This record gives sequence, structure tokens and C-alpha cells, in this order.
Amino acid sequence: MTAVKTWLESWPVYRQLTGSDPFGRGKAARSMATEAVVSRTATADRVVKSVCPFCAVGCAQNVYVKDEKVVQIEGDPDSPISRGRLCPKGSASKQLVTSPTRVTTVKYRRPYGTEWEDLELDTAMEMIADRVLEARRKGWQDTDDEGRRLRRTMGIASLGGATLDNEENYLMKKLYSALGAIQIENQARI
Amino acid sequence: MPGLGASFGRGGATNYLEDLANSDCIVIEGSNMAECHPVGFQWVGEAKARGAKIIHIDPRFTRTSAIADLHVPLRMGTDIAFLGGLINHVLSNDLYFKEYVVAYTNAAALVSEDFVDSEDLDGMFSGFDPESRTYDDTSWQYQPEEPRHSGSDDPAEAAELDRTGEDPSVKHADRAQASGSGGPPIPAKPQRDDTLQDPRTVFQILKRHYARYTPEMVAEVCGIEPEVFAQVADWVTSNSNRERTTAWVYSVGWTQHSVGAQYIRTCSILQTLLGNIGRPGGGIMALRGHASIQGSTDIPTLFNILPGYLPMPHALQHSTLEEYVADAAGKAGFWGNKRSYMVSLLKAWWGDSATAENDFAFDYLPKINGDHSSYRTIADMIEGKVSGYFLVGENPTVGHPNGRMNRFGLANLDWLVVRDLQMIESATFWKESPEIETGELAPETIATEIFFMPAATHVEKEGTFTQTQRMLQWRDKAVEPPNDARSDLWFFYHLGRILRERLAGSDDPRDRPLLDLTWDYPTHGETQDPSADAVLREINGTGPDGRALSTYMQMKDDGSTTGGCWIYCGVYADEVNQAARRKPATEQGVVASEWGWAWPLNRRMLYNRASADPDGKPWSERKKYVYWDEAAGEWTGADVPDFEKNKRPDYVPPDGARAQDALAGTDAFVMQGDGKAWLYAPAGVVDGPLPTHYEPVESVVENALYKVQANPTVERIPGPWNRENPSRSEVFPFQVTTYRLTEHHTAGGMSRTLPYLAELQPEFFVEVSPELAKLRGLTHGDYATLVSARTAIEAKVLVTERVRPIRLRDGQVVHQIGMPYHWSYSGISTGDSANDLLGISLDPNTHIQEDKVSTADIVPGRRPRGPELIDFVEEYRRRAGVASGRVGLNGRDPVAADAGEGSTL
Repeated sequence: MTAVKTWLESWPVYRQLTGSDPFGRGKAARSMATEAVVSRTATADRVVKSVCPFCAVGCAQNVYVKDEKVVQIEGDPDSPISRGRLCPKGSASKQLVTSPTRVTTVKYRRPYGTEWEDLELDTAMEMIADRVLEARRKGWQDTDDEGRRLRRTMGIASLGGATLDNEENYLMKKLYSALGAIQIENQARI
Repeated sequence: MPGLGASFGRGGATNYLEDLANSDCIVIEGSNMAECHPVGFQWVGEAKARGAKIIHIDPRFTRTSAIADLHVPLRMGTDIAFLGGLINHVLSNDLYFKEYVVAYTNAAALVSEDFVDSEDLDGMFSGFDPESRTYDDTSWQYQPEEPRHSGSDDPAEAAELDRTGEDPSVKHADRAQASGSGGPPIPAKPQRDDTLQDPRTVFQILKRHYARYTPEMVAEVCGIEPEVFAQVADWVTSNSNRERTTAWVYSVGWTQHSVGAQYIRTCSILQTLLGNIGRPGGGIMALRGHASIQGSTDIPTLFNILPGYLPMPHALQHSTLEEYVADAAGKAGFWGNKRSYMVSLLKAWWGDSATAENDFAFDYLPKINGDHSSYRTIADMIEGKVSGYFLVGENPTVGHPNGRMNRFGLANLDWLVVRDLQMIESATFWKESPEIETGELAPETIATEIFFMPAATHVEKEGTFTQTQRMLQWRDKAVEPPNDARSDLWFFYHLGRILRERLAGSDDPRDRPLLDLTWDYPTHGETQDPSADAVLREINGTGPDGRALSTYMQMKDDGSTTGGCWIYCGVYADEVNQAARRKPATEQGVVASEWGWAWPLNRRMLYNRASADPDGKPWSERKKYVYWDEAAGEWTGADVPDFEKNKRPDYVPPDGARAQDALAGTDAFVMQGDGKAWLYAPAGVVDGPLPTHYEPVESVVENALYKVQANPTVERIPGPWNRENPSRSEVFPFQVTTYRLTEHHTAGGMSRTLPYLAELQPEFFVEVSPELAKLRGLTHGDYATLVSARTAIEAKVLVTERVRPIRLRDGQVVHQIGMPYHWSYSGISTGDSANDLLGISLDPNTHIQEDKVSTADIVPGRRPRGPELIDFVEEYRRRAGVASGRVGLNGRDPVAADAGEGSTL
């Protein structure tokens, strides 16, 4: 008898007719599968405090991580500025970090090449270092036409986005200045 | 930035977003806040719910207008005329906040007899040099109360800096931005007339300057009806007094103009006259567009400044540290300690190698001598002058105006490093760009070697962003980046490590700065990621005992302290990462001082000394914020006082006082050399001490106020790839503006690649009025082609009453076109790039381009494909009398390219 009752109750129409939800908009429509669903935020291994990377309001984010993967990103209600809210971009930021079209390996295009090639990260770093030193040498200026000290290179330029961290901007400006590179710019100019 | 810096002493939003809820009136102008900063906009909603009036001034009716009590459409590019009209209204009707203006502004200062206003020179100020197209601002200065530079440690050297400061190579080097934290240096405090009656007072000059900016003139220039103007004026002035405050909100709708810094100056003048600066619910809210735009100028990757708005040394002016600090040493205000800030920076960078004997390694810094900004550099690339380029999270071939010119620049490099999350257009220009289609570029002709280096996302690294209200917020690392993806911190740290290893043992003096650099950061994990926490601590600085400093007041000029960015000093106070604080909003007061950390010294509202009257009492109970507690002998209140805690309101500086000691108890603008908010800027703004209405570089209207049509000091970068549409041309008869959508982010690399966002805004469109649609035969939902002297692009037509033609008083009808700029050929949602249509002409203060207003033609149908596109645009140029835009190999000068010349590499 219990088995029959369980079988009958698994049928939404039965629950609609006998329960408190005649229109089937709530409890009656919930299947066993639905009952078994638990939110990703509840089963995450940890919650990490972060900040949205899009505009400059600086909405606080809670990043939910399970098995070392980001499973959800939500607004942090503790923030005095955003009070837990996120806009469409902030709400889509999980797609930003888990995007299947992200390029996660080094790609190389040789001069006059027609296709990308693969390259090891370490090899690429060494090749870039070679080129930085050569470009620095080619563009080096000790003095201007009137003998004033310049101590710089015009061979290397850089343009950063404004999603760079302060710490990143700091190391960039420090390294470039020590190299003598001055054409160092940022989206902040734009 | 220089607009705020030169007016108040710091280039940052004066208030914080939550404080908008305390406003009685909010004017949003040059910003579509609801669309572009939607979560911040909740505080405008809070204010409205409390009864505040919300006014939106914008050429387009937008999501912001929909919430506002009043939308005021104005002709794009005319905000100075409109705000100047409000200033005139306030002055002619005695509606300014008298006690505030006398005590806290430079209204009473006397200006040099030599100054001639633009009203008397038909649009020019005294001191213009037509050859270099720059101003010598000597005649703009104050009438000094003491001999110029007499308070300086080295008067002769300071005077020499004044003299060399007039050189065009200095004028073109964006010195104004160095007033981002510390107003422009002045040679002496001014003589004053506190009755404001002397005709040479700033107050009287201001009155005369704006006397012709009447409601009728506003109607003629901006297309705003006098009754609408009167409504705005009434709401703003009736909500600006002891009891009430008005806030102004702006964004890149103001900065991206040939007179962008002056837009912000005009607003600063108005808000200062109304007594709204430094008070709750008042201020000027500068909305930055990206996560850390503010941070990227505070700790700049910009050519003209060092961290903390210290200027980059200029070859003409700064051959020694003494020369470098001569304009500040001994002067009034906190800039008087410039030497301490600079020596601490040099110690942070070069450690034990920076000694008193070697000028603290000042000579290790490279020198600038002109404009080295990004657009100039692109032109240099086309001319073969630049070998290598790093693009670090930036997509200039889509996000910057004139994509074609940008692509030609990249095509003439030796090598290019692109660090990004997705395969952005700036990495694929050599095989997929529009110029491949036209035949102007081909993989077989492009020698540029390209490294695409995958980057880590914001959750795959630790570090701080500085958001729009100067607040640093620390992010923890959630997960490791995949495969070869690395943070930019990792990339630059390890690149530096490899370079130092390569040069180890070198005896070339050129290599000393790199070899002596402090570059030992702890690393962790399998990938040896450097510690961002250690970098933040270096930015904060340390004292003689090696402990973190808690305030920049502890910095010394003798080499005993370090500090990578003096204005961020305190972010690591007590050896605690203060930016990581996350005390819930519900557990602290409204100012929320224990969430993150704001520069300077965790002060959330700048200049908050001005929230009290000269005696230190709140202006009213309703607007009480920071005030003097006589019993305790200190300033107190809801926020950290932006003032020396124990300096009495009646303090008068003794003779010979220096730095902060030379500021009086009523000098609320502590970063200014005279302690005052500047209605008139005697220095620091290169295109005039007072904002003046000029037409945009590309305008369809004649300047109604002056014979001078456009900003005489505007900077141009001429070349076949950057042709300009002539003003008032029948060939380019419509005004165009660009903007953003909630669902996309700038150049689209972080949004057109995401399915949710691509679905929400799937294609490139332009907004036109029903009148313009009828005039040009455009059909809603069909394609239209837009043409400029740069190129032609196509977009779907959205016919809407949200944009309306502006009827000027002389009967001229100005049609305006709106276009979002997020699209290009990569990603899920694709389309032509709006920025390809735009040219590059620059605000001389900032080298920011005028892309919020330009001209174009619009016709029905799709654009020509392939080489036909070149002929199509060339025909427009010919009809408009513009020189040819044809280019040679890889975009080089056609004549030189034909002769076999080109890259000099």
C-alpha cells in the first residue's frame, strides 16, 4: 500500500488534486529530482572574497570553488557599496573565468607567417627577453641634441588595460623605468 | 583628472557613491550612470526615494533619463556653454554661498595686471604662441603678496623651473596630470580683497568672463529652451545652501573631448560657488569606467607621471633631484614635502644603491621631453620608430579611435606581445582585420612577430583594484590559472628576473638601474607566482625600523624611509593589509570606514574640513559631517578629517612657515599651494585659466560666442591614416557620439566572448531620430552605412525618439547619431567597429581623444566591400576637400613606400 501511495504521489496531477497546490505552480510541481537539487553555493568547498573586474563601482563578489574549479560567482551582500547586487556583466563573470574559448596556451606568429604556432611558455619568455634587450639597444638615447641627459630607450612601448591590479602596474612602471622605457601607457589615458 | 586636480588639489572623485543618497539634487551630465554603472546607480535611487531631484543632461534619452525627474537634451559638445550659463545665473543673481566662497576659494585673490581674458581677445587668452600653439601662462598668475618664490628653499631654481615650464616640450608632456595629488605649484600666495570688489579679483574676472553666457545664449548654443534652463537652475540653486547640497556626476561623456579637462573645471567652478565641495551629498562624482582606472593613474602606467602623481623627470627641467623638487621645496601645502615622497620612492626602487651621495639614484630615471602618449607612439610605429610593444589587457584596434591607424601601427613593429584572456582583434589584425579585406594589409607583407601570452582572470590572482571613489579592495586568489595562463604580476616579475640574469656582470652604466633594482619578491606555488601582498607592502613603504609606515607624514627626505606610492601610504599600516578589510556594512556606520581602504589616509570624503564653517562648526545640523571639537582640541565627525587633526580653525601661519604649517585653519584644500579651491586656475591647465566654450574639432555649427571656432591648443596627429572631417562640412553633416551598453564592456574582449552577454546585445546598431531616418531614407532594422574621412562602417538602424534633432535659435537643425562602440569581427557577437569611424584629436591637457563628438554622413544600405571601400571613402574625402587617405605598404606614407622606403628598423 505504501509503495502504491509513493507511486501515486510521484505523479504531479495526483498531488495537484489532493494537495494544497491545485494550480501546480509550487509544491505539486516539484519532482524527486527537484527535491534532490542543492545549490552550487551550498556544496562549494570554499567561498573566496573578490571584486568584479568590469566597471569601477567595485562590486564585491563571493567566488564559490569546488574541486579547485569556480562553480559560481555572486554579489557579496556585506559590501557597503554594492549591497550584494551585480549587473548583467558582473553576473556573467563566471562565464568570463570558465569560458571555453579562453586561450590558455602560448601562441606564436613568426614574421610573415600565415598561421599561429605553439610555443612553450619558458621558450617564449626567453625569446621575449632577447627581443626586449635588442629593442632597448636599438632605441637607446643617452642625451638629446643639446647634450641633456635622457638615459632612455624609444624602442619599447607598452599599453595596459585598467583591469590591471595596482601591484601589477607598480611592477610594470618600476621595471620599464629601470630599463629606460618611457612610452608606457594605460587605458586610463583613454 | 587635471580638471579636478587643478581645481581642488587631487584628481579623484571628491565623495563616495553611497553619499549620493544624502544629496538633495543630483545632476548627471556626461554619464549614462544607470547603464554604465548600474549598481552604483542604486544610490541615486535612494536619493530619489528620499525626495531628491534627479536631473539628467545628455544628448540622448537613456536608462538614466528614464529614472530622472528631468531629462535635458543638449547639443553634444556644448556642456561648457551650459555650465557657464549656470555660473552666470548664480553670479548675476547672488545665489552663490558667500561665506564658503570667501573662506575656501580663491575668489578674493588678485590676478596679474597682464592677464587678458578670452572675452577681450575673441576666444584667446593672453600669452598664446601661434607657432607652437601653446600658451605662456606667465600673465595668468596671481598678483603675489610677497616676491615670487621668496618662500622657496631655492628661489632661483624655482624661478628657472617656471621659465623652462613654458617650453612647448614641457607643455606637451601633460604636466597638468602631476597635480593629481597636490595642486599645480604657484610661485607665491596672492594678494587678496575679501570684499571681492576689486576688478582684478578672481570673482570679478569670473563675472565678466561668463556675463555673455545668458539663458538666450545657452538656447542658441546648446539648443536648451530658456524655461528648461530656468528649471535646472532653480533646482540646483535651491538645493545648494547651508541646509542642502547638490551632487554632480560625470564620466567619459566629459573627459573625451578636445576641451575635456575644461568641462570638469567648469563644473568645479559651479560646485565651488554653490558651496557643495567637501560636504555630504555634494561634491563631484567622477565615475571611472574600468575596475582600476583610478588605480592606473594613482600608480600609473602613464608616460608623464610616477606613482603618487610625481612628475616623470623632464630632460629640460630636472637634471638633478634638487631641480626636480625646487618648485615645491619650502612651499605651502603638503606638496611642500615632495622631496620626502620622491626620496622614499627612489629608496623603494633602488634600496641600498640609492644614497645621499648619488642623489638617491635620481639619475637612474629616464627623462621625457615631449608627448610620448599612446597615440603619438602609434604614429611613431607607422614611421618605423618603435621596435616592440606590449599590450597588457588592452585591445586598441577596437577600443581606441581610428582602428585602421592602430592596426597600421602594429603592422610596422618588430614584435608584439599580447597578454589577454581571449584571442582579441589586436592579436589577429595580421590575418583578419578590415584592411586584409581591402588589401591594405596582408600576412605576407607584415613582419611583426607576435607572442600571445595567456593571462589570469581576476579570480586567479591576488591583488587590489582602486575603484571609482579612490578605494582599494583586495581580492583573494580563488583558483590557479589554467595551463600557461599567468598573472601580469608573474609575467613582469619573471621577465625582470630573466633580464637581470642576462645582464649580470655587465659593466655598462646603462644596465645599472636594472641590476641595482630591488627585485626580490617572495614567490609561492608551483608556478612561482610573486606575492602581491609583498608588493603592496613595498607600495605602502617602511620606516627606519623596517616596519610599515602608517602615514606619509612619516616619510623623510634623508633616505631613512621607503615608499613606492606616497598617497597609498597607510594601506599597510600596522603591518595589516587594510585593503582586505571586509567588515559588513550592517556592522558599521554609513561611511563604512572599515571596508577596504581609501587614499589618502582612509579619508572617504575629500576636503571635508569644508563641511564645517570657518569657525569649525557644522554649516547646519542636517549637513553635519566633520567639525572642530573645542573641548578635545581636535577635528572629529563621521569620517577621517581631511585636515591636520589638531590644527585649530583660527590658526594663522607665522611668517616663514613651510609646507602644511603655512596653511591656515581655514585652508580646507590642503593640497593646494594657497589652500583654496580654484575658481580661476593661475597654473596647471594649459588651455586657459577659465573654461571657455569652443566648438568640437568636428562640428556642424559655427561658434556663437567667439571668432575662434575650436580649442586653439588642440593636439593633432596628421597623416593619411588620420584625416579630419572639416567643420561645418556639407559632406559630413551629422554629429555622432559613442557610448556603452550595460551588457558589454568596452572593446568587447571580456563580453562579446560570453554567451549570456552576446545574447542580450547581439549586434551593432546605431540610434537615429525619426526625422533623420526620413531625411536619409533609413529603415528601422535595415542596414545603414556611416562615413567619415577615416573609413566607412555599417550597422543596423534603430529609429527612436530617444535621440532627437536639436533646433538652434537661428533655425539650424542639428541631427545627432548615437553608436555603441563594443563590436568588431571576433567573438560570439560580431559587427563593424564604431571606433574605426573616429579620428584622433586630443585634449592638450590629457592627450585624451575627442570621441564623444565627431561628424559623419549616414546613408541606407551596406558598405562597399574590398578595395571598393577605399574608393568609396576616398570619394567622400575628395568632395569634402580633405587630402587623400590612401596609404602605401602596411599603412606607411604612400610616396615613401613607393620609393622603397618605410621602416627604419
